[in-house]
Amino acid sequence: MNGRARPSSSRQRHWLGFMLLGVVLLAVPFVAAMGGQAWVRIANFAILYVFLALGLNIVVGYAGLLDLGYVAFYAVGAYAYALLASPHFGIHLPFWVILPLGAGLACIFGVLLGAPTLKLRGDYLAIVTLGFGEIVRIFMNNLNAPVNITNGAQGITLIDPIRIGDFSFAQTSSFLGVTLSGPQKYYFLLVALALLVIMVNIRLQDSRIGRAWQAIREDEVAAKACGINTRNIKLLAFAMGASFGGIAGGVFSAMQGFVSPESFSLMESITILAMVVLGGMGHIPGVILGAILLTGLPEALRYGIEPLQRALFGRMIVDPESLRMLVFGLALVLVMRFRPAGLWPSSQRRRELAESAG
Amino acid sequence: MSEHQLLLEAHAVAKHFGGVKALHDVSLTIRRGEIYGLIGPNGAGKTTFFNCLTGLYRNEGGHFIFDGVRLQADAPHKAAAVGIARTFQNIRLFGNMTALENVMVGRHLRTRAGVLGAIIRNPATRAEEAGIARRAEELLHYVGIHARAHDYAKHLSYGDQRRLEIARALATEPKLLALDEPAAGMNGTETEALRVLVEGICRDGVTVLLIEHDVKLVMGLCGRVAVLDYGEKICEDVPAVVQKDARVVEAYLGGSVA
Repeated sequence: MNGRARPSSSRQRHWLGFMLLGVVLLAVPFVAAMGGQAWVRIANFAILYVFLALGLNIVVGYAGLLDLGYVAFYAVGAYAYALLASPHFGIHLPFWVILPLGAGLACIFGVLLGAPTLKLRGDYLAIVTLGFGEIVRIFMNNLNAPVNITNGAQGITLIDPIRIGDFSFAQTSSFLGVTLSGPQKYYFLLVALALLVIMVNIRLQDSRIGRAWQAIREDEVAAKACGINTRNIKLLAFAMGASFGGIAGGVFSAMQGFVSPESFSLMESITILAMVVLGGMGHIPGVILGAILLTGLPEALRYGIEPLQRALFGRMIVDPESLRMLVFGLALVLVMRFRPAGLWPSSQRRRELAESAG
Repeated sequence: MSEHQLLLEAHAVAKHFGGVKALHDVSLTIRRGEIYGLIGPNGAGKTTFFNCLTGLYRNEGGHFIFDGVRLQADAPHKAAAVGIARTFQNIRLFGNMTALENVMVGRHLRTRAGVLGAIIRNPATRAEEAGIARRAEELLHYVGIHARAHDYAKHLSYGDQRRLEIARALATEPKLLALDEPAAGMNGTETEALRVLVEGICRDGVTVLLIEHDVKLVMGLCGRVAVLDYGEKICEDVPAVVQKDARVVEAYLGGSVA
């Protein structure tokens, strides 16, 4: 049996866990601020990546479609925000118009990518999506002539922060005696968005649509014979994942105040996919863990390696940047070797892998 | 025989793979409420006929009329939607889903909840979801594997997997249930239990199309039988007549049974 029944004592433990988590989430921006606002920004990026990874989880984890071009939707959302809320075109729409617009636009791009690739699976799909991601990036890079739309490689600057009336997320302000810096405010916005995407993930998983995705992942022919319109259901996965990417892009734009094609490289897609795979595909806590680790670890290494080398050898031997990637790569290899289903996999994924190994 | 007694009419259905003629102008009719058997030696085209009927293959010639309407099944989900459900020769379950979840997937076609409903979980969606689970449990009861509802499909015994596949097919509310060699690999007791189950399904108003190797099972179960050989229908009649048909004896029974 799969142990789904949950005794009440464990339910109490669950509530305790939630409260503890709440306290930790509240404390993070203040603790991080002690080390400087840079650390709050790192925390913000960690949560932004949680959001992105959970968006990708719908496509990869639930529907089983390997997407290596996810960053394209992130880029579409980011540029939608940048173009509609900056001096570049002199348009300054409020965020509550642009974010849904960006999500919708990314959703359309998701369907555009999904439609021609429906018959592909696995490696073949990965290659096409990879190409798609690069196409979008190259378009952003070159759409500055003959008509300057994206301002090319220089990117778009002076993007409006998220603003509600006079309350801007970019400035420091205080409520009820608590002073919040700009990044700290974005932190709470991002946490709210992340909670939203977590809820959507949980609820989709346990629904008619979620079961259809799982059925397609397990056996597409049988799923069709059960009357599932696999074309539409797969497109739905692409569209859902893409719209979350679009929202993340918009928030990224507002938070940074600057976007350029450089932020949307293939490496970014791979990193987000690595978060999903490393954490545990299809398992929400695992994906969150993966996203936090893969954002936090490189930063910790960046700040930790230089002092460490000076303490050990009295001088710098290896450039921290190159060592960072080395350690990062090694960590990935080790995880995949010893925990192939991810750091924190769902019981189901563990079974699937045990099956294919046995 | 009046028109509305016919559930399925196949008219000169043809299908070839490259130069190989897998089906050569196969015509047959299945009446409402009967158990219709399709037999033939290996490679005679039985499964190909099944796949054309259920939209997995597209037939190059001929057409099907199902329930009085010409079948436009260019995709399997459309065939399922008009009321043709099937099982597979080599069982195709969703192995890492529970037995109950497998049958719940079968309800997909007859339910409506979309993404929005799934996310906001409005009362209508919750009621529908509860209905899906209830119906799935009923069907597991019906095929007799309710005790294994929460076990993963791949952990079920061979016979139970066959039953689960039938339950999942029934969940789509079919008018015609097409079973592709359901008794393959079963022992005598399991085959007998299957016979009882299929008879029950037919009694409850679902027409059954049965592909089978087990001649004894087919002869005992089916009201009428068609025999395919090298992609051609060589005979169609009640079992007693089919058994004595000279061409059938030659092609399929090899003269030893008759």
